[in-house]
Parts: sequence; C-alpha cells; structure tokens
Amino acid sequence: MSNPVLSVRDLVVEIPTRNGILRPVDNVSYDIAAGEILGVVGESGAGKSMTGNAVIGLLDPPARIASGEVLLDGKPIQGLKGEALRRLRGKKMGMIFQDPLTSLNPLLTVGEQLEETILEHLPISAAEARKRAVEALEEVGIPAAAQRIGSYPHEFSGGMRQRVVIALALCAEPDLVIADEPTTALDVSVQAQIVALLKRLCRERGVAVMLVTHDMGVIAEAADRVAVMYAGRLAELGPVRDVLTNARHPYTAGLMGSTPLASQGQRRLRQIPGAMPRLGALPQGCAFHPRCDRAEDRCRAEPGPTISACDGRAACWFPLGYPQEATG
Amino acid sequence: MSALIKVKGLTRIFDVSKPWLNRVIERLPKALLTAVSDVSFEVEENSVYALVGESGSGKSTIGKIVVGLVPPSQGSVMINDVDLATETDAAKVEAVRADIQMIFQDPYASLNPRWRVREIIAEPVAAKGGNTTGLAERLLEQVGLSAADAVKYPHEFSGGQRQRICIARALASEPKVIVCDEPTSALDVSVQAQVLNLMSDLREEFGLTYLFISHDLTVVQHMADRIGVLYLGRLVEEAPRDILFEDPKHPYTRMLFDAAPRMDGFGREVDPPKGEIPDAINPPKGCAFHPRCPIAVERCSRERPEMRDVRGARVACHLAE
Amino acid sequence: MTQTETPPTPAPVKAPSRLSRAWHSDLAWSFRRAPVAMISAFVVIVLVLSAVLAPLIAPHDPFNPATLNLMNGFTPPGEANAFTGDFFFLGTDDQGRDVFSTILYGMRISLFVGFAAVMLAMVLGVILGLLAGYLGGWTETIIMRVADVQLTFPAILVAMLIFGIAKGITPPEYRDQMAIWVLILAIGLSDWVQFARVVRGATLVEKSREYVQAAKLIGRSPLSIMLRHILPNVLNPVLVIATISLALAIIAEATLSFLGVGAPPTKPSLGTLIRIGQEFMFSGEWWILFFPAVTLLALALSINLLGDWLRDALNPKLR
Repeated sequence: MSNPVLSVRDLVVEIPTRNGILRPVDNVSYDIAAGEILGVVGESGAGKSMTGNAVIGLLDPPARIASGEVLLDGKPIQGLKGEALRRLRGKKMGMIFQDPLTSLNPLLTVGEQLEETILEHLPISAAEARKRAVEALEEVGIPAAAQRIGSYPHEFSGGMRQRVVIALALCAEPDLVIADEPTTALDVSVQAQIVALLKRLCRERGVAVMLVTHDMGVIAEAADRVAVMYAGRLAELGPVRDVLTNARHPYTAGLMGSTPLASQGQRRLRQIPGAMPRLGALPQGCAFHPRCDRAEDRCRAEPGPTISACDGRAACWFPLGYPQEATG
Repeated sequence: MSALIKVKGLTRIFDVSKPWLNRVIERLPKALLTAVSDVSFEVEENSVYALVGESGSGKSTIGKIVVGLVPPSQGSVMINDVDLATETDAAKVEAVRADIQMIFQDPYASLNPRWRVREIIAEPVAAKGGNTTGLAERLLEQVGLSAADAVKYPHEFSGGQRQRICIARALASEPKVIVCDEPTSALDVSVQAQVLNLMSDLREEFGLTYLFISHDLTVVQHMADRIGVLYLGRLVEEAPRDILFEDPKHPYTRMLFDAAPRMDGFGREVDPPKGEIPDAINPPKGCAFHPRCPIAVERCSRERPEMRDVRGARVACHLAE
Repeated sequence: MTQTETPPTPAPVKAPSRLSRAWHSDLAWSFRRAPVAMISAFVVIVLVLSAVLAPLIAPHDPFNPATLNLMNGFTPPGEANAFTGDFFFLGTDDQGRDVFSTILYGMRISLFVGFAAVMLAMVLGVILGLLAGYLGGWTETIIMRVADVQLTFPAILVAMLIFGIAKGITPPEYRDQMAIWVLILAIGLSDWVQFARVVRGATLVEKSREYVQAAKLIGRSPLSIMLRHILPNVLNPVLVIATISLALAIIAEATLSFLGVGAPPTKPSLGTLIRIGQEFMFSGEWWILFFPAVTLLALALSINLLGDWLRDALNPKLR
C-alpha cells in the first residue's frame, strides 16, 4: 500500500475523570488507502466511534489525544486548532453520522447547506455551486434533485436524509470519509441501498472510507479490510475475508460465533462468557483474558500485546491457527 | 396441541390528526393511521412465533394489543379462549393477565431507576398481594445473575444484565406466554447470544410460548418455529421457519432476505431494493407493496390480494403459486 | 445457564449503608468541588440556625413591650446609648428595639412563610402536574390552561389579589393573627404553576418509558403508577425548583410586607423591618434599613446559588 490517505500511529485518547484516567483508545495504528473501505467493528464501548472522532478532531473535552500521530496525506493533523482544523475537516474529510437529522441544519434547505459547503471549500461561482449541488444530490440517488433542492431536511424520509448527508460529506471532494454507524438507524431495505451507494461512491471517487459499525454483515459486504476493536485496543486487523472466515484473535472468533447464522442451524448460540469490562475496571494483562478460554499466565501477567508485537494481524500471544477452531 | 393465542382480523387505527383547532383553521381532514390491518394468526403452545417487518409494519402494535396495553379497533385476541378486551368475568381476566408478560426493547428504560432489583422483580406478585419472600433471589439465579444482586439498583448493571432482570420480572407471575418486543436489538452481538440462549433454556424449562417481535432476520431464523412477515400493517406471508427461509414466496419476503447483510457476502454486489416504505396514512391502493414490487402487474394496483395457502405457507400475493 | 456475565463490580454481600452511599454519591462529590455551593450552604445553615434558635441567641425580646425602653431609640450600631449607656451590636430602631434581635425574629417569620408557601405550591403543583401529564385529555387541558392564564399575571399581583380577597372575608379582629397564613396561601397559590409545568413535562417523558408500560401490564392502578413509579423519577427537577422558589418566596413575602400588605408590625418579618427602616433612611438612621436588607440579600442569594448548583449537579448532561 503506497501513500495511505489516512495514517494513524499509536493513537492514545485519554479522558481524565474523578476515578482516574480512562483510555477509550489505546495504542491504535492503522492505514487507509485511497479507494479503500476500512471497517471498524466492536461492541459498544470498544472505542470505535472515539477513534473516528479523534481522527476528525471532534473529541468532546475532557477527552483528548494523549499521544500518537494522525497523518492525513502524510501531514500530521493532531496539532491543528481552530480555523486550520475546521478548513481541513470540510475540505479533506467528510463525516456521516448515525442520525441524519442531527447532522443537518433544520433551518436551511438542503440546497443552501450544500452550496454553502461547496463555496467554502472550492473556488467556484455561486451559479456553479448550485449546479454542483444538484449534481451531488443526483449522484446519491435523490429523484427529481433539481426540485427537491429547495426542501428542508424534515421533508425527506430517513433514507433520503442519509443520502443528503452523504452528498454533503462528499460535495467538497474530500480524500477521507468517516462514516459512523451510517445505517444503524435505517431499515434493512434502506440499509442495503445506503451500503451500495457508499461502495459505489468510494470506488468511483477513490475516497478512503472509515466505516464504523457494530454490524458484521455490513462489514462483510462493504469493507476491504476490517479492524476489530476490544476495550479501546485493536484486537485484529486484516483483509475482511481472512478475518471473518479465519479469525486469529479469540475475541473475533467469539464474535463471529455468537452471531446467529443461517448456516449454523443449531439451537444454542456459541457465547463468549461475561461482558466487555468497563474502561475504569480493565483487568491486568490482556483485556480479553478473563473471557478467553485460551488464556495462559502470560496473558494475565504481561500488558496487552499490540498487533505488531504479535503475528502482524491479531493482538494475541496465542492466536488461533485453524478455521475449524475459529468457528467452533 | 392447541393454539394458545388466536389473533383474528386484528385492526388498529390511530388518530394522528392535528389538534382540533388547527384542523378547523387549515381545513384538514382527520388523519388516520392504520397501524395494523386485518391480521390473523395462531400461536401454538410451547412454540416461538415471530413477527418480522421493518419500521411501520405494525409489529410492535400487535405485541401491545396481544398483552392488552393497546385495545384493538377491530378483531380479537383470544388467549386460552379468553378475549381480554371483551371478557367481563374479572377472575378470568386476572388469570389471563398473569399468564401473559412482556419483555421490552430498551433495557435502560424498562426498569424503574429508583427501585431496587428485588422490588422490580417481585412487583408482578406483590401487586396481587402474593408472597414474595425469596422470589427475586430465586429468579435472579434462574436468569444467571446472583442472589446478592437483589439489593442493587438498575444502574449498576450492564445492558445484557438488565435484560436478564427484565426476563426475571416477566417470569415472576409464572406466565405461559411472553411477548418479546425486540428483546436483543439494543444489545451487542456477544451479549445478544447470551440472552437468546437464556430465552431458549427458559422456554424448555418452563414450557413457555414466545411471541417474538424483531426486525433482525438472523435472530428470527434462529429463534422462531413459525414466522409472520408484516408489511405496512398487513401480514404478507406466514409459514414455518424452514419453509419460509428455503422458499420465500412473497416478493417482499424475498426482497428482505436479499437486502439483509450477510456475514459471508464478501464484496457482494446486491441490486438494492427499490424505493422506501410508503406513508402509512396514505398507503398505496391494492397491494401495498406493488410500487416497489419487481413483478407487479396491473391487477396488483387494483385489487388487494387475500391470504391463501401456497405450498405450506400462507401468502398474500396474486402472483405466488 | 452455566456461563454468566461478570458483574462490573464485585458483588457486595450487604448493601452499603445509606450514609456511606450518600457520601460517595455523585451529588456529594460535586458539592465538595463547588466552593460557591459550600459557602452558600454555610451561610444558609448559619442563618436558618440563628432564626430557629432566636429565643436563645437574641439579646432582647423585641416583642415584649416590658423590656423596651423608648430612651434607647435610634442608638447607632456599635455605640453606647447617649442617655442610658446601653450597648446594641447593630443599633436600635425608633422604639428602642434591638435591630439584631428583630432581624433574628423577623427571619423566623420570613423563613416560615417561605417554607410553608413553597410546600403548598409544591404539593399543589406536583399533584396537578402528575394528573395533567399522566391522564392527558380534558384534565390536562383544563389544568394547563388555568396555569397559562395565571402565568400572564405577575406572581406578586396574583398574591396581592388573593391577599385582598382573604383579608376581605376575615373578620377584623382576626386579621393580624391570620395575616401569616394568608401570606402563605397567597404566595403558595401564586407559585404552583412552575411546579405543575415541570412535573407535567417530566411525567410525559416518564409515561412513555417502558417501565411504566411494564407496570400497567402487571395491572397496577393509575394512582399507584403515578405515585410509586413516576413521582420518584420526576423529583429531581422539583427539588431544584423548590430551592429556587424558596428564595423567590422569601423575596415575595418581603415585597408584600414592604408594601404593607404582609406581616403586621407587631410580628415583623424581614420585609416589614425594611419598610419600617426606609422611613428613617434619609434622616441618618441608615442601620434600621441596612441590616435587615443585607440579611434578606444574603439569605435569598445563598439559597438561590445553592439552587443553581443543585440544578447543574442533578443535570446529567452537564456532569
């Protein structure tokens, strides 16, 4: 992979609280290349959204980047503040959130919002911007875009609204799009439409996409590579087919096994005992060891491994080797 | 085996009009939303019947009508041959009420944050003046928590643990039927597996019957014996699980199955379904699905298809054969 | 069920005691980190204690004519009286009453009226708000329209109206005795609206939550659901409003008394004292006005600051 669009190196996010410092993101490293979709999965509290927010510079204080680097097109962005960050965010990065209503201004028409964003980041005339806005809406599949451009967000249905948000995220021609649970609030049939749209736009525009979701099915269909997060750390990172069918980290394997699948057909689901620890009460050693049936003394004693310290794919001292073992 | 729940011709219409004065001034007609329309099905004792559908399909409303939280506009729900909406014998109503319980979607909203777990679990029995000594502790252990948890408050538990507490509360009155309204959709996958397994275990142990409401096809396929597919308040297809999944006959069912993301669908390029769910206040004429249906013919926009038996399933489609 | 979720914290054998829970609660933690709230609480406690213990603390009984010496009138604070040589910490008023003692006794009346009026407003507002929010329909329309109409008048005007009506129907010989109770009624009735509005709003939110549906399913009566399920969950905002209302009620009482329609001069509240004092403001005897006014300010301000802190501390969004 030459010249990744986004490069995250040893990122650590900390939140100081009354009971000590929490680390919702701990030592996370990954790259996303142009035209690639990186899926980030994990259960709630795994730090997947926080990673995305750290990259865009949208961490809510007191959360802050404690160490590590975020490189966009090879240039560090974690030191930028105020105006410089805001310009970069609009021009180079686009965002798609779970709830499309909250990411659109209810008092402006979608056309005004698109034109405003385009004019701010591209050196073109107002008339040109209007044309671009209509094109952007057409591109995301909104029927009769020229008429609907004067509509307000509440006049669109949920799926159409999410299309508007995607148009808004892409209209300034960014290099990176961060989509945080973009389909979670949508129905199955609309979700399929949005996933297909994201995939098409990513391919056509050569945009790097970070797709944050808890839905393994969406990841399987949309992502090229997948990063599995657990308790703020990367558990496994690799090509999506390898990770999902041939998991090396016991957590990934457990996650796959606990999904009710058609092919399994058995009456009991495989379950991982226990729940993800709270950030304030992480166990010593590898954070997963209390729930892991392969845990040995090393897992309990040594601090949690990173992917690079292990086999380059799973952050585990004793990774699973065989697919039979992975699906149990 | 006999049917424990018999739902017949169930219809529920909600008045979603603007306030009276606005209607008069703006000359608007009354807006009526038909959430459930002429739905009939039967649930066998000790089985799992699942209702699936997207938003606006009326699946949650049916669940609320079955437990008696919402009265039906038309039609009837018979539980053990007693209709809660019309039965006048108070003793019978009381007995049926104790026989049917509900588990809700949001484990954070379904437990009173100011009550201790013991009081929450024992409430169904305490409300009827029953003996609650040791009840909560026993039920907590049955759902995989510890008896010591009885003195804690809900906020001390994770989402999955709260859903276990909800299950314990539902079990307290020793019901025969539990209506589960999206019981795991707020939970993470690994916790969902724990809760689903628990529900399966309890069903075997107590001979429970579940009416399982969900939008998640994988969960429904795992849990249900028989499945009803809803679209815009109407049942479009109903069949035993294996028949439905191997041979879906209604075009909407097929669309749902195709659209659902698959764990083995790497780089799958699906032809995404057309259009969106129409407004339930002004549903399309004829078959409600016809504007999105890939095989619709002229007749579909004119005439609403009736439920009929096709190869082991009940389907409401003119073209299914 | 062989595998269970590990609880986030080790399960205690016994629930921790109420006191230790209170000390470790988020509220106590936020209190310990808010110096303004701590100072306010200290001022309120000192003032309330000295009001309650007035008969023990006050050097004189300002309402016992036998102990008053008219020669002591207009003694400045911190100086001995020119005729009698008596010494008064905060001076005396025109009739020779010790200002310090009158403030202590006046504060008793102010605080009593304030507390009682807020209690009345709270009980009335919470009940009506719960009914309006839970039952909806015509009950809600009627209650909330009455509230809306009352809100269009300034509270002090409503209080004066109620005061006037009550005075009209009490026989003259009972007027002075009844004045305090009429004050409580007037302020309480003028203040229930904000409780009702807040409780109604919170009830609407709680009513739609699933634990209320679960209680309905169990067969609980509406009354039982309102009292046992919803009420405990809407009390946080009520507590905040009650605190801020207490400050406002004390000021309202002072305003009414200042206007001469409140506590009678024989049983002066802080407001009555300020009214008496302002007659002498421009003739050089400033202390008769100044000290009661400062006390009123300190009392109302610190209760208000305490209410502000409580509102922020109980708001999970700001934490």
